[in-house]
Amino acid sequence: MREVDARGLSCPEPVMLTEDALKSGKDPVRVLVTEPHQRMNVEKYARDHGRKATSTAIDDGFAVVIE
Amino acid sequence: MNLSDSKKKLALAGAVCGLVAACLAYFGNPANMAFCIACFIRDTAGALGMHSAETVQYARPEIIGLVLGAFIISAATREYRSTAGSSPAVRFVLGMILAIGSLVFLGCPLRMIIRMSAGDLNAWIALIGFILGVGTGVIALKKGFSLGRAHLTNRMSGAVLPVLMLGVLVLALATTLLKSSESGPGSMHAPVVLSLIGGLVFGIFAQKSRMCFAGSIRDVLLMKNFDLLTIIGSFFVVMLIYNIASGNFVLAFDTPGVIAHSEHLWNILGMYAVGFAAVLAGGCPLRQLILAGQGSSDSAVTVIGMFAGAALAHNLGLAASGTALNAETQEIVAGAVPVNGKAAVVICIIVCFVVAFGNKRNEGR
Repeated sequence: MREVDARGLSCPEPVMLTEDALKSGKDPVRVLVTEPHQRMNVEKYARDHGRKATSTAIDDGFAVVIE
Repeated sequence: MNLSDSKKKLALAGAVCGLVAACLAYFGNPANMAFCIACFIRDTAGALGMHSAETVQYARPEIIGLVLGAFIISAATREYRSTAGSSPAVRFVLGMILAIGSLVFLGCPLRMIIRMSAGDLNAWIALIGFILGVGTGVIALKKGFSLGRAHLTNRMSGAVLPVLMLGVLVLALATTLLKSSESGPGSMHAPVVLSLIGGLVFGIFAQKSRMCFAGSIRDVLLMKNFDLLTIIGSFFVVMLIYNIASGNFVLAFDTPGVIAHSEHLWNILGMYAVGFAAVLAGGCPLRQLILAGQGSSDSAVTVIGMFAGAALAHNLGLAASGTALNAETQEIVAGAVPVNGKAAVVICIIVCFVVAFGNKRNEGR
């Protein structure tokens, strides 16, 4: 699975990196973020673009898997 | 509690914050200012003796409440994260630019909306500059701009700014150490308790809704996302209703007494610098206070930069003056931007370009 490490980046960089990853292929992507609002932004972006997003907490933030 | 997952909730958050601002204006905050981050940081810097402009010195409980409100709600809802390390010195400079640009225009983006809702056409002109500034920041983002990663750090680091704010509150309430204006905008304020409660409520709703004045326009330009703009829209509507109902709505340029000027180019360029710097810093002055409250030391450094910039704006004569009515001659004296302020805005814009195109995402890992 492709991984996008957006941990520690300021808004809107996590969503921009997610956008780049989703545009470059239909395969699943795992996006790592630090802040709760970034997790929500990434989830929302994925859903708004017809993809399914599920999040889990990790040591230093969240992993959002987009399928 | 999540206020950012539907447009209705976002609109509600904006309306609540609008009501807070309207109440504070009604109970004594300066006309047409109500709730301005840059002005209130400038007043608080004055209270602490960082500058000596006697008419703008008062430890604004709204600023303290915003940070503490964001701190309390983020801790209560497990959103508090102590982070640091994303180019703090650059963020300090961006904080200075946010303050200086705002004080040349005479208001932060929040006050720009409040002024627009009161019919101040200068603020509508400044909006052009703000949108262009945000747009320039968006171009930089598309070209790979980043200030690098923040990292989780010791929990105490993120709590420093909230504790400092608490300290200012204690000094203001329990001692006579802080300066307090006897005339001018600094002398006009709602009762302390109301201001503090207003700040806390505003801070809580701003934290849960992710309210950001630069972010709202940035998201529209970058992603055609209108979510954050919904908050600003409802905030504007509430303030518009308040201003019309209270007789404060005056559709004009040269309105004396509302702390504004009609130097259009400098209104545009001042807010251009603010919009540009806000996108580079990841949020407007309000958002920086909220992020600092929820544990970001990088935003705390930006806020301290705003204090330094506000102090500098008055120590070096950069801040603009508002159009006023001469009480003796009954003549309107036009507000103006001093030469120093114009030079400072040009320098601020150049610095924004250097920061925007000199920092790339893949540079610092």
